[in-house]
Amino acid sequence: MKEKSMACVLSQAELAPGIFDLWLQTGMAANAKPGQFIGVYPKNASTLLPRPISICEVNEDKTALRIVYRVAGAGTAEFSGLKEGDRVAILGTLGNGFPLEAGKGKKCFLMGGGIGVPPILQLSKELAAEKSIFLGYRDGALFLKEDFEKYGNVFVATEDGSNGTKGNVMDAIAASGLEADVIYACGPMPMLRAIKRYAQEKGIQAYISLEEHMACGVGACLGCVVKTKEVDHHSHVHNARICTDGPVFEAKEVEI
Amino acid sequence: MNTEVNLAGITLKNPVMTGSGTFGSGMEYGEFVDLNCLGAVVTKGVANVPWPGNPTPRVAEVYGGMLNAIGLQNPGIDVFMERDIPFLKQYDTKIIVNVCGKSVEDYLEVVDKLGEEPAVAMLEINVSCPNVKEGAIAFGQKADALYNITSQIKKHAKQPIIMKLSPNVTDITEMARAAEAAGADALSLINTITGMKIDIHRRKFALANKTGGMSGPAIKPIAVRMVYQTAQAVKIPIIGMGGIADAEDAIEFLLAGATAVSVGAMNFVNPYATVEVIKGIEDYMSKYNVEKLTDLIGAVRE
Repeated sequence: MKEKSMACVLSQAELAPGIFDLWLQTGMAANAKPGQFIGVYPKNASTLLPRPISICEVNEDKTALRIVYRVAGAGTAEFSGLKEGDRVAILGTLGNGFPLEAGKGKKCFLMGGGIGVPPILQLSKELAAEKSIFLGYRDGALFLKEDFEKYGNVFVATEDGSNGTKGNVMDAIAASGLEADVIYACGPMPMLRAIKRYAQEKGIQAYISLEEHMACGVGACLGCVVKTKEVDHHSHVHNARICTDGPVFEAKEVEI
Repeated sequence: MNTEVNLAGITLKNPVMTGSGTFGSGMEYGEFVDLNCLGAVVTKGVANVPWPGNPTPRVAEVYGGMLNAIGLQNPGIDVFMERDIPFLKQYDTKIIVNVCGKSVEDYLEVVDKLGEEPAVAMLEINVSCPNVKEGAIAFGQKADALYNITSQIKKHAKQPIIMKLSPNVTDITEMARAAEAAGADALSLINTITGMKIDIHRRKFALANKTGGMSGPAIKPIAVRMVYQTAQAVKIPIIGMGGIADAEDAIEFLLAGATAVSVGAMNFVNPYATVEVIKGIEDYMSKYNVEKLTDLIGAVRE
């Protein structure tokens, strides 16, 4: 069941320049799944719409959600000022999440690029598989990298070559010499396109998490659609709703 | 306390309905609100065949509101009648179907099919969507074109018809009079106001469609003004909408002359907005000892 409710800020820290780490106490944590997201509401009434932000982690007793986000505009700039004890309105939990069954017991690549890194963390905690984790960053500010090391072998790529493989996550895969049965990924569109091609060439499954400008977040407004290979069940045209039919799609199902 | 209103012969338990395109066919927000509480559910626009809509980005936030250019994506009338109407029939609320088309024939095909479904209480005719290139707004910006399509639809329609008017005209009362003269049973206003946003960092339009329809609290004063002017110009009932966020906003529209009101974009901001508006109207009626909601309609004049 989705709801809009008030969450209590437990802590906030800046992990890297402009990248913030926010823990929120909320009942939504009880049923949150990796790859799902929440809508976070700015208080300023000139910025009305909930900001879709993926769930990075759920705490052990399922009472709090962690979101790690980049300041990209007025809404996220406001969130970056939230302090312990502050209250903030959130909408959730939203979206389908990553399918854990698909990779269970198999060799899996878990891939995050840039601000697509955070949602991969809860996935890496919950996925029972042989996990190789590929994280792509712009530079040496390797936010969340240490959090991942408990859950699998971590491979880093940086655009400026300051750490790990110089280049992107695809370069890091090539450098590792590893192969996978299933890929899970979140990141910028060029990365997701490259993963879609790679999965097609290798004949393996890839589950990718997409983003798009959203208004309602619950499937009503039809703002955030992605072109699909087949006519989708809801709209009966080739347009699935990223907020509700996604944000995770099997790569071969979407035209990106 | 009596919150009932009569809209062209259809009795609504209260004057609060949903703005077309902001509420799907009720399924999504049924998780948040009890649809039985609503005066009516107005569905997303439906055409004779499925429409894919516009490319993304389709939505952008602006100061105090948003722009959308969805382009009336819809599954077509056949899927709609098999899936959405049976869903809505489960609830004790009036079903108002928003109808769109690219030609008069498209509209008539949908109107004819809906005529066979007695569960549909009224039809709202979208002649004001600013985001599709053919049809829709082409019928809503010239009085003679509006008169023509209204009279043709009226000949076919088995249910009362509501013409949804565009604010993107010089004089909305001229359009309202044309619709009334052609036999419209009611009017909805306002649809969104055409706007534009430019991303200065990427030097691109924020919407793939370049322009979009603006909605949200920032447009409310324009909508209240247009409802007031239109209420002076026609005798048929008006459904007022445009930036309604709470009961105070809704009451403004009623006092300006609207018989009913729609909550639109604010559903995205507050999924409980519709039921909160209903409760707030009741509180207002108690506070000021208003026996019948109809006493509020058009109560503000000079």
